[in-house]
Formats: sequence, C-alpha cells, structure tokens
Amino acid sequence: MENKGSVRGEFTKGLISQNPTLVGLLGMCPTLAVTTLAKNGIGMGLATTFVLVCSNIVISSLKKVIPKAVRLPCFIVIIAGFVTLIEFLMKGYLPELYDALGLFLSLITVNCIILGRAEAFASKNGVFASALDGLGMGLGFTLALFLMGSLREIIGTGSWFGIKIPVLCDHPMTVFIMPAGGFFVLGMLIALVNMFAGRKPPKEISCHSCPSAAICKGQCKGETQE
Amino acid sequence: MSYILILVGCVFVNNVVLSQFMGICAFLGVSKQIKSSVGMGAAVIFVMTCAAAITYPVYLLLEKFNITYLRTVAFILIIAMFVQFVEIVMKKVMPPLHKALGVYLPLITTNCAVLGVTIANIDKEYSFSQSIVNALGTGLAFTLALLMFSGVRSTMEHSDIPAPFKGVPATLTAAAIVSLSFMGFTGMID
Repeated sequence: MENKGSVRGEFTKGLISQNPTLVGLLGMCPTLAVTTLAKNGIGMGLATTFVLVCSNIVISSLKKVIPKAVRLPCFIVIIAGFVTLIEFLMKGYLPELYDALGLFLSLITVNCIILGRAEAFASKNGVFASALDGLGMGLGFTLALFLMGSLREIIGTGSWFGIKIPVLCDHPMTVFIMPAGGFFVLGMLIALVNMFAGRKPPKEISCHSCPSAAICKGQCKGETQE
Repeated sequence: MSYILILVGCVFVNNVVLSQFMGICAFLGVSKQIKSSVGMGAAVIFVMTCAAAITYPVYLLLEKFNITYLRTVAFILIIAMFVQFVEIVMKKVMPPLHKALGVYLPLITTNCAVLGVTIANIDKEYSFSQSIVNALGTGLAFTLALLMFSGVRSTMEHSDIPAPFKGVPATLTAAAIVSLSFMGFTGMID
C-alpha cells in the first residue's frame, strides 16, 4: 500500500499524517469515553497499541491460511483473543486503570482502527511492515487520546496527572470532564487539525478505512446520499 | 416498575450515544438522513435485543464451565454469526425488508453498542428479562439519538459554517450541546 518499503514511512504515517483518530476519524468511542483523565487516555492508548501490534503480526503471518470468505470472523476472533489477554494483564498489574477503563477495555475488540488496519494493511503486507504499521497507528491513537485527556483534565479539574495547576484548580469547569465536554473538545481538535492540515482531510468516515467496507461495498454511502 | 426504570434510564438518563459514547462511528456515519437513521435504528434495536437474548444463556454456560473470561470472544462471535445469519434469512424470506435494512446489518457487527450492551448486562447482573429490556431500551436510545441528529445535520448541510468545522467537527459540537441538554435528566433515576 502507501509508502511500501520505507520503514520509517510505515511507522510515522500513523503518528501524524494518517493519525487514525484526528485525521481518519476512527475509534471515536474510546476517544470520547475514557479521556476524562490524561492517565486513562494513555492507558487506553497503550492497551489498544498492544492489541493492534499483536493482531497485525498474527493476521499478516496467517494471511495465506485464512480463507477470504470468512476472514472477518477470523480477524475478530484473533483480536478478541488479544483483548482478553490484555484484560488479564491489566487486572493483575494495574487494577486501578482496569476499573477506570471498565467496559471499554472489552470494547477494544470492536475498535474500528484495529479491524480497519487488519483489513486494509495486515492482510496485504508482510509481518514486519504490519508490526510497524500497528505500532505507528497505535501510538498515533495514544497521542490523540493523551491530547484529549490532558485538555479535559486541565480544564475540567485544574490538574494534570493529579498535579494541581495554580489558578486553574480554583475554577475547574466540570463540564469538560462530562460527556458534553468530550464531544466539544474532540470537535474542536478535529477542526484545528483540519485548519492546520492545509489540505482536505476526509470529512466523514471513508470506505477506505471502514472495516465493513468489504461486505457493504460502499452501499451505505449510496443509501445516505440518495 | 424496575423495567420501566431500566427503560427510562437507558433512553434518557444514560443515553447510549450521548452519555455512554457507544456506537459513535455509526452515529457519525449514518445520521445524515432521516430515512437511513430509521433503517439503522431498526436494525440495531432488532440485533441488540436478539443478541441480549442469545448471550444470556451462553454466559450461563460459560459460568458452568468456569471460563467466563472467554465472554468477549464468545459474545463477539455470536453477534457476528447472528448478524450474518439474519442477513441470509432475511434475503430469502423477506426481500423487501432486506432491501431496507440489509445495508446496515454488516455495519452492526462492529458497532460497539451491541457488544457493550451484552457485556453491561452481565456486569450489572441483570436477569434474563431485565437484560432484554435493557437491550431494547439501549436500541431505542440509539435510534432516538440518530433521529434527532439526522434533523440537526440536514439543517447544518445548508448553513454557512467555517470550512474547518464542516462535517464531523460541526456534528460533534452539536452533539455536545444535545448531550448538555440530556444532562438535565440526571438525577431522575439514581
């Protein structure tokens, strides 16, 4: 696919130019839900990165074995397996974060970024390139989550990683750590990215990155644009 | 009474899209027109309710063998298979309904709201009938959010908003305002 052969290209594209959250508009649910604190954002991002790298490696090494017709269920099972693994690890070593992320840890399984990368990249590329792609995309996702979490924590509670910030902590705007603030901050961030990108980023979720594109073949777009 | 509480809680107090942040992808992708919102909403209500009904006995089975940690794998497989199955049956038996809803069915497999509801049912230790009511309510809540937004978005299409805000940012900002108004329901049920 894009930048084939360039090791640095595979890794860096996910960080900035094709950032899955802010440019690709994928994985919105965890982005909004767990970013009330910067710490939770990083935890969620790293957990997703782990699952993404592992599933990309396994899927790209099994790409010749998996029949094309049933590849989506196969991908989902592989991903769900790694999600279960990270659930165990987190429950054992970081019980506090496990409780904070709650339901959304299991929901990594249906994160569009992971299935999207499996379908668009890992099932067509080699093991090494897929691992790098997963790492880049995962860290890009972590970066976006960290940014969201920091903004919401600083404005909403007046502290950052639990450290109080003078002046701000006297007047926290609690609405920013509530659901409404999440929508607002993400909207503003994407608008900022659009403004500085200087080019036209996708205005909506494109079929290129949609995990269901293989089954629906763009029908969803045809239906909505009638 | 508890059923009514669960239903009201799902639809208004803890709206699945506006306060739980589940199914945002579908929410941003499909809420463009009223017609497609209704189609997607109906498909989600149907799949969600059935998924809750199927996963409940499956979880009992997992519990019996003491392998409840496999629930994520088991549930997502069941949902994926069920969606595929419904699509095949619908295509054969009810072609008009398939034409109306078929497009949305594959999108539902990766809708985190469906998996989310089945796992939440387990976490909240709901009984079988409570699970079904919860799933139904969540489906209704999803449809409500989608319908409300298709109205907002069709108006926004024709308004003059700054270029960087066009599309998703404007929708998210509008969602923030609606979510703010839904906060007014907080405290109705504790």
